Amino acid sequence: MLNALKARFFQGYRTGKFPDQPPTLPDRFNGRPVLDSSKCADCGACKKACPANAISAVGKDLSIDTGKCIFCGDCAAVCKQKAITFSQEYRLANMTREKLIVRSGEIYEPERPTDREFLRFCSKSLKIRQISAGGCAACELDFNVLGTLAWDMGRFGIQVVASPRHADCILVTGPVSKNMLLALKKGYEAAPHPVWVIACGACAISGGIYQDSPETMGGIEEILKPDLYVPGCPPHPTTLLEGMLRLMNRK
Amino acid sequence: MDLFYKLANGSSADLSLIPVLSEEEFRKAVIETVKAGSRIETMFAMPEEKMFRIFAVLLTPAEHILNITSMKVSEKYQALTPELAAAHLFEREIAEQYGIIPEGHPNLKPVRFHESYANKAPWTGEKAPEIGNIDFMTMQGKAAHEVAVGPIHAGVIEPGHFRFQCMGEDVYSLEISLGYQHRGIEKMLEGKVTPRTIRFSETAAGDSSIAEATVCASILEALDGVEATPAARKIRAIALELERIANHVGDLGALAGDVAFLPTASFCGRIRGEYLNMTAELCGNRFGRGLVVPGGVKAGIEPERAEKILKWIERVYPELKNALDLMFDCPSVLDRLENTGKVSKEVAQELGLVGMAGRASGLLLDTRYDLPLKSGDPRVKRISLKHCTGEVMARAHVRYREIETSHEFIIRMLSEDLKGDIRTQYSGRVPAGKIAVAVVESWRGELCHAAVTGEEGTFRRYKITDPSFHNWTGLAMALRGEQISNFPICNKSFNLSYCGHDL
Repeated sequence: MLNALKARFFQGYRTGKFPDQPPTLPDRFNGRPVLDSSKCADCGACKKACPANAISAVGKDLSIDTGKCIFCGDCAAVCKQKAITFSQEYRLANMTREKLIVRSGEIYEPERPTDREFLRFCSKSLKIRQISAGGCAACELDFNVLGTLAWDMGRFGIQVVASPRHADCILVTGPVSKNMLLALKKGYEAAPHPVWVIACGACAISGGIYQDSPETMGGIEEILKPDLYVPGCPPHPTTLLEGMLRLMNRK
Repeated sequence: MDLFYKLANGSSADLSLIPVLSEEEFRKAVIETVKAGSRIETMFAMPEEKMFRIFAVLLTPAEHILNITSMKVSEKYQALTPELAAAHLFEREIAEQYGIIPEGHPNLKPVRFHESYANKAPWTGEKAPEIGNIDFMTMQGKAAHEVAVGPIHAGVIEPGHFRFQCMGEDVYSLEISLGYQHRGIEKMLEGKVTPRTIRFSETAAGDSSIAEATVCASILEALDGVEATPAARKIRAIALELERIANHVGDLGALAGDVAFLPTASFCGRIRGEYLNMTAELCGNRFGRGLVVPGGVKAGIEPERAEKILKWIERVYPELKNALDLMFDCPSVLDRLENTGKVSKEVAQELGLVGMAGRASGLLLDTRYDLPLKSGDPRVKRISLKHCTGEVMARAHVRYREIETSHEFIIRMLSEDLKGDIRTQYSGRVPAGKIAVAVVESWRGELCHAAVTGEEGTFRRYKITDPSFHNWTGLAMALRGEQISNFPICNKSFNLSYCGHDL
């Protein structure tokens, strides 16, 4: 008992300062891409390098779908003209699929919540059941991290529940493997409606690099309509937490 | 003719050099070699001239070499499993993928519940069982009862199904049926090598991304005939040990949580993140995604960066030690961990357990020594196997010891000179008709990729064998005779990958 108290004193108070202060991200962190079509030489190198098929270019009019992007930065590395760069913008989550697409010259402002029913039910307390459907464990692990004392999402009323019966929200990770399709549907149905859906990670949003796999459904879009899309491979914990807080109108 | 072709780790050879034995010879050679101290790294089938060629890749630790052989079969062969239990899941896998029946296999059931690649029996078309719907081993009797868990679990983890046969609280048997995470990676890796190739590997088991990418890169480098630079190899090794520490810390914390010892559970949850952030310091991603590229690494470690991480470790390591010592000094924790979930050395040997779990059962195996990718590269110190008697406690202790040796290694490496080229000229060439194999000790154990090339620039077959594939049966054995309430700590002590198994 004394040892535990001593250790507690030694370990100190370690919950991060986010969201009161901006997060500290590593200098090599790849956030939302920034595009400059005027620099584009239309060489197609970026499209060839992209493992996620996230870049589309109509002539020199570039766009990147962050719902597919795995933020590897390979496109920026091959672009000699620097038409593609990655910013430190970690606020990647949005409520509409369209908003995930980055275009040249845009001034990015993350979306504000509009779902009144959700805000009425969940703005102060959000109970989440996570379902992994073909996820590689990285999204799962970095969602778990939000429950640790470093992030302590419980202080915002966000909590993971053991059963979909207790859930306001289903958070899906993975491209939805065919073998998880039935369980995912049943899990969703088992939650008391209305129930909201978060698609966490490139796989859940669009299939990510698994978009062409015949063994997956290529994301949840065809199965459940997400209310929040959180890009990343996996999303940084700050990205996910910021997205959920914004959805709840908590910041 | 030689029975085996000897291949060094991370190198390639002409496919024509691999012996093709008769069924009898193959069987005898594989069984005898394994009984004489080798272990199965992987076994896989590949279509060849209207028949199938089954490869066996064995690791012979005494010679630091891979022994590869093969045989040709058409529809069936006599199963190795009755005499070589370690082959049991490989034979099930081969049956599922290509419809080749291992006759006399005592437990022939689907592994991942997907359609056969060759559209052949036993489980294809109408005969394809629904996922999780198999002929489970059951126990009869009035007091016997069955507990079914999953695929969706109570925590935030991957899906899988567990079926316990119990009398009261006691588990008599646990059968584990997986496949829910199957994404078809091996199939998609066939054909042209694309930018996706290494990305598929990184996400094959997402918590072992560095190990996965390193193995895949080694294969591509071997085929291209190049070698990663010394600086790149050091950076890969540092990242691999950071990955090991992060996972061990997380699991020890989770073990503490499962026995309701909350201080260590909370502390470790936070401290694990520190190590993930150190990995992000190297490449921007907390799981090391994108760090390893064919030919080297994406970004180097400048002296200031090395200094920063060293200072970081200097601050965090005492906090980690404090958290772990607190748990290992607490009698109520020790009481739960000791004598729980035992896998004896004999059982571990027979089932072919690998890595951390194998060491915890007293098996002296570690590919960082048995089969280094490049001999002469700096190595992590070997842990002592004292008190490694196969219980949850032993697995926890092995993890603690590995955390110590990995720290020592990382500090040593970061203090050294990391200057120099981080990438060699990698041209992306994939010559025709080759076989390449690479093995790396991921944090769970040995991870093996084997590739057979077809025409120039393409893979004809790409086989990934995650350490979890060897070890899931170990978890089932650990539960025998346990109380069902001990399942969480047994499970956590292994913490096997679902997607690594299901791919």
